[in-house]
This record gives sequence, C-alpha cells and structure tokens, in this order.
Amino acid sequence: MSATSPPTAADRPQPAPRRGARRTPRDHGANRAFRLVSTGSGVLILVVLAAVAVFLVVQAWPAISTPSDELADAVSWFPQDTSLLEFIGPLVFGTLLASALALVIAVPLAIGIALFISHYAPRRLAQALGYAVDLLAAIPSVVYGLWGAIVLVGFVHPIWVWLADVLGWFPLFAGPASDPSRVLLTASVVLAVMILPIVTAVCREVFLQTPKLHEEAALALGATRWEMVRTAVLPFALSGIVSGAMLGLGRALGETMAVLMILSPGFVYSFAVLQAGKQQTIAANIAAQYPEAPPLGVNTLIATGLALFVITMVVNMAARAIVARRKDFSGAN
Amino acid sequence: MTTLTSPSPAGAPGSSDERTLAVAASLRQVDARRFRTDRIMQVLVYLAFALAMVPLVSVAWTVVDKGIDRFSPYFLQHSMRGVFGGMDAGGIYHAIVGTLEITAGAAVISVPIGILTAIYLVEYGTGHVARAVTFFVDVMTGIPSIVAGLFAYALFALFFGAGARFGLMGSVALSVLMIPVVVRSTEEMLKLVPNELREASYALGVPKWLTIVKVVLRTAVAGIVTGVMLAVARVVGETAPLLVTVGVIDSINYNLFAGRMMTLPVYVYDQYSKGLAPCSSSATDCITTINYDRAWAAALTLILIVMLLNLLARLVSRYFSPRMR
Repeated sequence: MSATSPPTAADRPQPAPRRGARRTPRDHGANRAFRLVSTGSGVLILVVLAAVAVFLVVQAWPAISTPSDELADAVSWFPQDTSLLEFIGPLVFGTLLASALALVIAVPLAIGIALFISHYAPRRLAQALGYAVDLLAAIPSVVYGLWGAIVLVGFVHPIWVWLADVLGWFPLFAGPASDPSRVLLTASVVLAVMILPIVTAVCREVFLQTPKLHEEAALALGATRWEMVRTAVLPFALSGIVSGAMLGLGRALGETMAVLMILSPGFVYSFAVLQAGKQQTIAANIAAQYPEAPPLGVNTLIATGLALFVITMVVNMAARAIVARRKDFSGAN
Repeated sequence: MTTLTSPSPAGAPGSSDERTLAVAASLRQVDARRFRTDRIMQVLVYLAFALAMVPLVSVAWTVVDKGIDRFSPYFLQHSMRGVFGGMDAGGIYHAIVGTLEITAGAAVISVPIGILTAIYLVEYGTGHVARAVTFFVDVMTGIPSIVAGLFAYALFALFFGAGARFGLMGSVALSVLMIPVVVRSTEEMLKLVPNELREASYALGVPKWLTIVKVVLRTAVAGIVTGVMLAVARVVGETAPLLVTVGVIDSINYNLFAGRMMTLPVYVYDQYSKGLAPCSSSATDCITTINYDRAWAAALTLILIVMLLNLLARLVSRYFSPRMR
C-alpha cells in the first residue's frame, strides 16, 4: 500500500503502514474474501427488502397513472366511476376488519394458553404441551382453508344463527346469518387459529421472564395463584403481550388461502360479519383475480399488494420496535 | 382490618384467642371470594388450552379420515393428465415433483445467503449496518407470502415480460420467505458456540475465516441443519406465492426453468375450487366428490411431508448436537 503513495511514505517512513497492519493482522486473501462475502450477504438482505418495495412500485405504476375510466374499460372486475383509491378502500377495510376480529378471538386465548404452559401446567408436561401448540403453526394454510371451508362452515352455522338472533341489534352481528356460513367471522376464526401459535409463543416467552422474586413476593403476601399472575406476571409482560398481538396482526393481515377458500366476497364498507358477500381482503382478492387478470388488471392487483405491504411493514416495525425497547429495560437475562 | 391485624400490646390470653378466631373467620370470608376467583381463572386457563387443541385435533382427524381412502401408491405415482369430470383416476405425482424441485431451489438460494448473513451478524457485524440487518430480518419475517409472490413476479416480468410463469420464480418467492427464518435460527445457534473455542483456535494461529468454518460452524452444524429443515417445513406449505408465480398444470414438468409446474398446496386449492363433479345418473365410473377426495388426500400427503420434516429436524438436533461436557 505504502509503495503506491510515495509522498506519505517518504514523510513518515514506517509508523503509518505498521499501525494499519497491526489493527487487522491477517485481513487479506481468504480472510478478507470471507469477511466481504458474509458482509455482502447481510447487505443483500437490505437490498432485497428495498427491491421488494421498488419492484412493487414499478409494477403498480401503470395502474396508478392510468385514469380510472380507462382502468374500468380494460379490467372487467374494476367498478365503473371509482378511482383506484376508492377501489382499494373497501379491501383495506375488509382486511383490517378480518384481522381485528381474529386478534380479538386469539389474544385472550393465547394469554390463557401461555399462562397454562408457563404457570399452571405440571412442569413435566409443559414442554410437550407447548410443542402441541407449535404444531398448529406447522399445518399449511391451504389445509386450514380446506378444513374451514368444508368442516368449520357447517359446524359454526347454528352458532352464527343464534348470535344473529340474540345480538342482532349490534351492527357487527346484524342478521340474517347467511347459509352456508361463508362469512367474514368464519374466516376470522380460522385466522385466529393460525395466529394463535405465534402470539402464544411471544406471551410464553415473556411470562417465563417474570422475575422469580416478584412472584414469590406476591405469594408470600398471601396472594392466590391468580392474584400472583395478575399483580406480578401480567404487568411485567404487558408490552410483550402487545408486541405479540401485533406480530399476530401482521400474520393475519397477509393470510391468503383461508380467506380465499372460505369467504364469499363483496366490496362494500360493511360491519355485518355474519352476512356473505360484503367484505373481501386484499390478499384473497389478489389470489382470486390474478390467474385470469389482463395486464392492466395485474398492475391494479399489485397496487393493492403494495398497500398490503405498507400496512404489514408498519405493523411489524412497530411490533419489533416495542420488543427491542423492552429488551433494553427488562431485568431478565 | 387494621385493628384486627395490628398486634395488641398486652391483651389477655382469652381475648387474643378470640381475636385469632375473628381474624381466621374474616379471612375465610374474604378468602371465599378470592378463592372462587382463583378457581374460576384456573378453569378458564385450562379451558383456553383445551379450546386451542380442538382445531388441531379436528384438522388432523378430518384430514386423515377423509384423505386416507384415496391415499394410495396409484395416487402418488400418477399425474392429472387426461383426467376430467368425475373420472375415478388422477394423482399428485406432478405436484410432488414440483414441490420438491421448487422447495429445493428455494433452499439452494436461501441457505447460503441465510447462513452467511448470520455469520456476518455474529462474527463481524457491529454498528449501524448490523443493527439495520437485524431489524430488517425481523421485519422481513412479516412479509405477507402473497407479496413475496408478487415481488418474484415483478422481478421476472422485467426480464421475461408479463405472463412469465416457471418454477424458478416460485423458488425466488419462497426464498424471500425462507431467508429470514434461516438467518434467525442460525444466528441463535452461532451465539451458543462458546467464545473459548474461538479464542483457543486464534491462539493456535488459525485465521479467522478458517476458525469460523472449521470450529464455529462445525460446532453449530446440528442446530443449523435443524433450523434449515424447520424453515423448509414452513415454506413447503406456502400456496399463495406459488399460485401467483408458478401457476397450475395437469401434466408432469421436470424443468424448473421453463413452463408452469404443479405444487402440492396449489393442487389442494385447485381441486377444491373445481367443486363437485357433474355426473349423469347412468354413469357408473363417476364420483361426484372426486375433486374434494383428491384435495383431502393431497392435504394428507402435504401434512405428512411437513410432519416428517419437523420430526427429522428434532431428531437431528437431539442426536447430532455436540456434547458440551
């Protein structure tokens, strides 16, 4: 190195190159190559993520820049007299509604299951039972879809009819309940089952991190087991529960097959989750329309995919940020 | 409460006894409610777990019950070429070929990238870049699978024009989903390798890259293999990205680089969406529910593959992990 730059080498003959050499004693040849390759693949991941965003924008651009009446002419399922945003709106609404319902069903259950595994189940059984919950995550989504569409739809129908009868005054459960129950609530139940493992896993992790001293102190003050959980475990785990729920939300937002196979779709803003043909989610809509879409239709679908990508990114980044902040402050580890 | 629990300065023995009894009685009264709440919550927690097992058992039982009839060597060895209507024929050979090739392609892309990234994070990474990589690997686990499919489509549409569909596109889409899982699990495993091993190796004058390859990776290899197998098990059941990139076909296609391919999850969806087959009343060789039957049998095959991968992964981690003292 020093030979190529004679002036500095002449000014200070020895020290500069030696100090540089001492800092990284053998950073050349295979060593250097290996470091660069592994660093490169780390950077590649950032590039891939950026590429996902860029390519989606590039492919969505024709749909964004085309006037909406031309879109409606070129794409058979694109409604007349609506802009692209007005087309995406109900889809975003349906996606959020389905995921929110799934979350409402899954989070209390997940907290219960995580408590069962961390504090209630016999120590020896706990690990095996935890593995059983993880098995729920191993079942492919298309199998859940098949099960939901053929088995669950029939099973829940009487329950939905009863719900519509008793709670029909509440907008969410407005009747009449459709038969067969290819409705959003059925899809949400399946989504809830699918996100249960990840929410449970995060909750279980933070419940187990509760300082033993806090638990023992609560018990020593005469607290029952539930009081100990309520006063020591749950407050400590609150942020963990929130981030677990948001990770689950991220999963539910992007889930395709279960909704595609169960829901009978519609494109209006409607809270009536017991009626068929009202809502549709972004992911299911893409999968449903994509195979037969004309080129401009594909661009439109990719534009909706871009919206989904942005929503899930925001949710996931928020969840990860909460987890990361928690790590700094928790006394565990 | 305060009067009851505060220690009495110099009470007579009799009154102290009375007080103890009073305390015990009041505690019992208060406790009844607390005891009940405790019991109710315990029952609820047990119920929550039982409720979660219902779908697991129901899915497993239904898939086995409905799929076992059609699950036969014939079903595994034949494609759907020339099968139509309610014909009592057809199988999943073409779908198995597609699933194996596409998943293998995804593994070939994502395993080196994933392992090298994990090495970077554990052995080299410091500062902003490493923190960014860690954060975005986490974020990447949350990419919806269908968006990964659209990304692969958009990438290849740039070079091959709109409407391109072949196996490698599916591999790329799956690897977007697989890379973060491989990075995460490999990173965990590399962190478990004790620093003493690295220091011992450096002390013997072994260069860093050789230390990583021969000492760190070799110590962690069982865990890494387990992680990779679990990642494969996760992507093998992905449907939506393959529906978008690889498409649907009835005959066998061994070529990953040209033409549509069938995959097991897409096959399940495809058969399901065909619905009931129309049969004339005089037909003898016609089964109305044939499409659903095939879907269930293919679902059974898929679950068996996933469970087998999971089981193998656990066995590898149990029997091949190094014994630390």
